[in-house]
Amino acid sequence: MDVLTRIPVREQDARERAANFEEVCLGYNKEEAMNEAARCINCKNAQCIKGCPVAIDIPAFIEQVKEGNVEEAYQIISRSSALPAVCGRVCPQESQCEGKCIRGIKGDPISIGKLERFVADWARENGIKPEGAKEKNGKSVAVIGSGPAGLTCAGDLAKMGYEVTIFEALHEPGGVLVYGIPEFRLPKQDVVAKEIENVKALGVKIETNVVVGKSVTIDELIGEEGFDAVFIGSGAGLPKFMGIPGENANGVFSANEYLTRSNLMKAFDQNSNTPIMESKKVAVVGGGNVAMDAARTALRLGAEVHIVYRRSEEELPARVEEVHHAKEEGIIFDLLTNPTEILADEKGWVTGMKCIRMELGEPDASGRRRPVEVPGSEFTMELDTVIMSLGTSPNPLISSTTEGLETNKWKCIVAEEENGQTSKEGVYAGGDAVTGAATVILAMGAGKAAAKGIDEYLRNK
Amino acid sequence: MYKIVKREELTTNIYLMEVEAKRVAKACQPGQFVIVRTDEEGERIPLTICDYDREKGTVTIVFQCVGAATKTMADLQEGDDFHDFVGPLGCASELVNESPEELKKKRILFVAGGVGAAPVYPQVKWLHENGVAADVIVGSKTKDLLILEKEMEAVAGNLYVTTDDGSYGRCGMVTQTIKDLVGEGKQYDVCIAIGPMIMMKFVCLLTKELNLPTVVSLNPIMVDGTGMCGACRVTVDGKVKFACVDGPEFDGHAVNFDEAMRRQQMYKTAEGRAMLKLEEGDTHHGGCGNC
Repeated sequence: MDVLTRIPVREQDARERAANFEEVCLGYNKEEAMNEAARCINCKNAQCIKGCPVAIDIPAFIEQVKEGNVEEAYQIISRSSALPAVCGRVCPQESQCEGKCIRGIKGDPISIGKLERFVADWARENGIKPEGAKEKNGKSVAVIGSGPAGLTCAGDLAKMGYEVTIFEALHEPGGVLVYGIPEFRLPKQDVVAKEIENVKALGVKIETNVVVGKSVTIDELIGEEGFDAVFIGSGAGLPKFMGIPGENANGVFSANEYLTRSNLMKAFDQNSNTPIMESKKVAVVGGGNVAMDAARTALRLGAEVHIVYRRSEEELPARVEEVHHAKEEGIIFDLLTNPTEILADEKGWVTGMKCIRMELGEPDASGRRRPVEVPGSEFTMELDTVIMSLGTSPNPLISSTTEGLETNKWKCIVAEEENGQTSKEGVYAGGDAVTGAATVILAMGAGKAAAKGIDEYLRNK
Repeated sequence: MYKIVKREELTTNIYLMEVEAKRVAKACQPGQFVIVRTDEEGERIPLTICDYDREKGTVTIVFQCVGAATKTMADLQEGDDFHDFVGPLGCASELVNESPEELKKKRILFVAGGVGAAPVYPQVKWLHENGVAADVIVGSKTKDLLILEKEMEAVAGNLYVTTDDGSYGRCGMVTQTIKDLVGEGKQYDVCIAIGPMIMMKFVCLLTKELNLPTVVSLNPIMVDGTGMCGACRVTVDGKVKFACVDGPEFDGHAVNFDEAMRRQQMYKTAEGRAMLKLEEGDTHHGGCGNC
């Protein structure tokens, strides 16, 4: 066996999967996982742990996989992560744990993400649960939002002995894991629902259909309902649009809407009661992971799909793996292209999109080369659907109804990075509500830090 | 689960349901709405709140059966449950933020069209409870489709009922009644119009001429109702607003109604197909000339 090369992971054939919603990556089997684990040199000063926002003891769990002790491996991961089957699938490992792997200097880094996924899937299939709480300590915490930040914070606090109730605005828990990330990347019933069951098994209660800020305020949760502390993990918020003419035409959607219809409301399924546009040709504007998800969803619903992005391939914010998968499936990338207007017929339905070619100029504030328009390069794309995937701006529901909760100039909640503490006593926050749209694992890291912060606060209170 | 404690068919195809939803009943204000789902596979349906009882912990909704989703809702009986019932969503009517003293100085006219009588009712009732008598015009196509007349009569200052076909009350559209009242010398400082989009559009065209500031309540297509999806965006005064978080009430003279009406057509074909499937079973595969 070549120790410099990773064991390849099996995937659904690109042509086949372009027409279904089943998972793209099939994951390792035990033999493959043990072989991949054998490549790990078990560094004393493990860099991979430093690259992990929730600091999983990676060499220790891989060591157990190497020996075939998957259950032990699972318990090691569970100590640090409430959602290993999710993280093994959606973390940007290449820029975190795997990016720091010593093996990566000469050859391929260890496939840490795929190993984590294998361990979590194996545990689920074999009915292994994370180790639960000790005794309850009689204190209670309200967690707002059941996405990655909230679930992690709740799980950690429950393990410490707190009574935890999660309040979720939608009808189903999971946040972005259920409304945002598509089935073919993250199966909802088999993976997400099961991981949430594990968090509940730790004693966490989840109350759905509660919009904090509307159904109840944070002050009421602390006052009338008697919670000792609150964690806000309410997520990213309102979708951004470009502000170009025609954006309210029929057939222009935010990626949030398109993905929510397909993922949360299951519009991709014939039996769902929620409709989704039956598109022939779609442009997805933007180059992040959400754009890739929207594009690959539209493709599976039968459309020809173009990614329209104003910078070049190098600047695409999406994970390399997602871009690679999208290309394999037949998504067309129109790079260095920027929309200027959406065209519609007399009844208001999208017929096309005017665009202009771009070229890269001097670096801007973000350090990336600024795209500038190429004069006279305007052209029109004929299409019936445009999906705007340009990021989000913070949702004001909580900040506007909570006295004394400080926000920054972007209207994100201000919270200390190391413990999630906000300007309001007993109130902690983390995830996209604080940072603006980021990744699942960063939100989990913030949820974890806040759980520690809340524990310290309540111990000293 | 949210239990239906009362169900009443107000008139053909229009239903009233009183539902146990403690958090919503405690927090809601006139002008706000809820989103309901009948079952695990159900669509999220936004509905304006018609009434609430904080002590009983119930919220009343009124809806017209227009498609597959509302048909499924109408089939629910007393004692059945809604799978989901979330709210209150959106902003409260601006009226509730004003002091009763200020409100008493105002001459307020409500204009309700069709099922729009339901969201108008809690506002008029709230004003009545705060000692303010508002005039109310209720319009419906015909006598049989008129709803909440008695309830409205009990809380309104003057109630003017009009039917398009003259089968009851005055004859003609609500705009005709507004013109008549103004012609009789009635004066108003603010108008609140809630009903079908086309009615609100024409009320606004008229009240603009009359220089009468007008508030409308929009009920566009939406999914989550908390600002996340942006499906409910409307153009108000040239700016894009989300009806679910910025509304649902807006300055009627600034709303782009033509765009809003076009956007409501978004899923008409899909809705039609769903209705056929519900009525005929899964047997409809084209051939009707409409699909």
